[in-house]
Amino acid sequence: MKTRIYSVLVENRSGVLCKVAGLFSRRCFNIDSLAVGETDDPATSRMTIVSSGDERTIEQIEKQLNKKLDVIKVNTYAERQCITREMMLVKIRYNKNNRREIMELCEIMKVAIVDMSRHFMMLQICDTPDRVKLLLEMLRTVSIVEVARTGTLALAKCSENDEG
Amino acid sequence: MIGADAIVKCLEAEGVTTVFGYPGVAICPFYNSILDSDIRTILVRTEQNAAHAASGVSRMTGKPGVCAVTSGPGATNVITGIATAFADSIPLICITGQVNSELLGSDVFQEADITGAVESFVKYSYLVRNAKDIPRIFKEAFHIANTGRKGPVLIDVPIDVQNAPVSGFQYPEEVSLRTYKPTVKGHAVQIKKVIKELEKAERPLICAGGGVLLSGAQEELEVFARQHNIPVVSTMMGKGVLPTEHPLYYGMVGNNGEKYANRAMSECDVLIMVGARVADRAVNQPDLITKDKVLVHIDVDPAEIGKNAGPTIPLVGDAKHIFEDFEKEAFCCDTAEWIKTLDGYRREMAKQRHPDPAYVDPAEFIARLTDRMQEDAVYVADVGQNQIWSCAYAKVRKGRFLTSGGMGTMGYSIPAAMGAKAVMPDRQVVAVCGDGSFQMSMMELATICQHHIPLKIIVLKNNYLGMVRQYQHFTYKDNYSVVDLSGSPDMEKLSAAYGIPFLRLENMEKCDETIGMFLKEDAAMLLECIIDPMDLV
Repeated sequence: MKTRIYSVLVENRSGVLCKVAGLFSRRCFNIDSLAVGETDDPATSRMTIVSSGDERTIEQIEKQLNKKLDVIKVNTYAERQCITREMMLVKIRYNKNNRREIMELCEIMKVAIVDMSRHFMMLQICDTPDRVKLLLEMLRTVSIVEVARTGTLALAKCSENDEG
Repeated sequence: MIGADAIVKCLEAEGVTTVFGYPGVAICPFYNSILDSDIRTILVRTEQNAAHAASGVSRMTGKPGVCAVTSGPGATNVITGIATAFADSIPLICITGQVNSELLGSDVFQEADITGAVESFVKYSYLVRNAKDIPRIFKEAFHIANTGRKGPVLIDVPIDVQNAPVSGFQYPEEVSLRTYKPTVKGHAVQIKKVIKELEKAERPLICAGGGVLLSGAQEELEVFARQHNIPVVSTMMGKGVLPTEHPLYYGMVGNNGEKYANRAMSECDVLIMVGARVADRAVNQPDLITKDKVLVHIDVDPAEIGKNAGPTIPLVGDAKHIFEDFEKEAFCCDTAEWIKTLDGYRREMAKQRHPDPAYVDPAEFIARLTDRMQEDAVYVADVGQNQIWSCAYAKVRKGRFLTSGGMGTMGYSIPAAMGAKAVMPDRQVVAVCGDGSFQMSMMELATICQHHIPLKIIVLKNNYLGMVRQYQHFTYKDNYSVVDLSGSPDMEKLSAAYGIPFLRLENMEKCDETIGMFLKEDAAMLLECIIDPMDLV
């Protein structure tokens, strides 16, 4: 099993997300994460899909994506070929005994405290998917209320050969 | 002009002559506008058959067949026909009426999310939101359906869009689709590689699929095979790429194919798979066609290459272009020894049957029938045991052999034959089905009568769902479950009810005479052949 990141430029039309997601489920391809957003051109969106599979599956995913008429371009990357980021918001319950410890953790991991009440605080991390996972691990000892993650975003590392 | 008029104008611009369908309120503006056109409308008796009929049209004309049905159940009924076409890469344009745009999503009467429902069975689909987009959408749809890997395209048109005014109708000359540019011409380097392998080959073999017929490359394939003396086998969808009795044709491969064809596949040293998906029915163990041999896989759809078997040389492109390019390369390969071996296999490994003389032997019957059919006749096989016998014994010369290969949809033959006959009135069209598949489409006898489509129908009757019975015979030791067709109608009375002349053949005694009567006139006729219920393919 290998992990690949598919950076998929699509027409920004209704139903496209459904078509792409449907393709993955129909052909039994994994979706580890999926993130979608408009690009600088409002007519196109970029989907970043993290998936895993054997050599043949990895190749089929790219080919099947390319067959979709709403797909403009597919780039397939190994993790080391791109810069990846994920954002996570975590709401936790704290008390006076662990508040200090949580704040230290936030400092070490460059986590921002973006909201707070008497018993709850919301943390925000924007980092590599590994570090996001690590933070979640570190927070296992405190009481997590809710988690929201964006899924991985990725772009190929900068190169002098980049177009435009 | 309103949207519905614009749709009809688009169909006229595409040269559409016949539309199969079934109206309902949501598609009524279209069926009203089409009255002012020369396009022939044919009312089928259930929507699924409108798509099968359009498939018959498409396979005979090489252009997308068109069907038009209403919203909700009309649209959902057509899905099996669309899926059948999709599995065999048959180009269709399927127009569905839809409820008023403003009511979309509110679950009103006869609303179904048809573009959502057919997503996995269409090449593309449109929901038309604005009548002014109709010309562009239809131009694109016909282009998408009939280029690259062909397939069905569905266009869902809400009733208010059909009724909306359209000004300055102009059918576009060209399409501009930035995301769709299929590769039809093979890569020169890959072509050279293939030729190099063929030069070294001692036992080359071409396995042709439906893609060869879809690209119209039969002639190019024949010339190439003949010039270089390369034997050819085919998949089920490829039956008819070469005349059945062509000296270089060695039959159909696969589970239900000829043993000698499969033997050729396993013993060849260079295998050229062209326009074939390497699906399970044709190639049971994909690993075997890569082991100890060079596999060249030619397909217009890059995703098919390497999907089921990793080729040594992948070659993306349209079969016709690629054979034309092969033709430009001078090379020779000496295959005399290999051909001699294959001829020996063909003699020794032909299927042996021991038919019960109390019944019609379907194998012998089909062979004699096709001997006497016109040279360019169209043979439409249904699904079941009848399909396997048809594949094995029907002789194709300059005609066509149509069947539902990928999806295996029972009931395909009569409506598909209806479509073929409607657009090719001068050619003999014969549908051959079992008593199970016949009853899935027998409502179309009315369509044949109403629209004067002189179709010839043969029912191989064994009172069983024979293919499943055979499976239960082997797998469940004759524990038959839900395969008995008792209760089927008296075919003679049924034919009489429709005013269709009827013939019955009970054994082989009067076989030739009956076939003669059956084929004599260009008129609708139904021939029932009583076959052995316990027969196996």
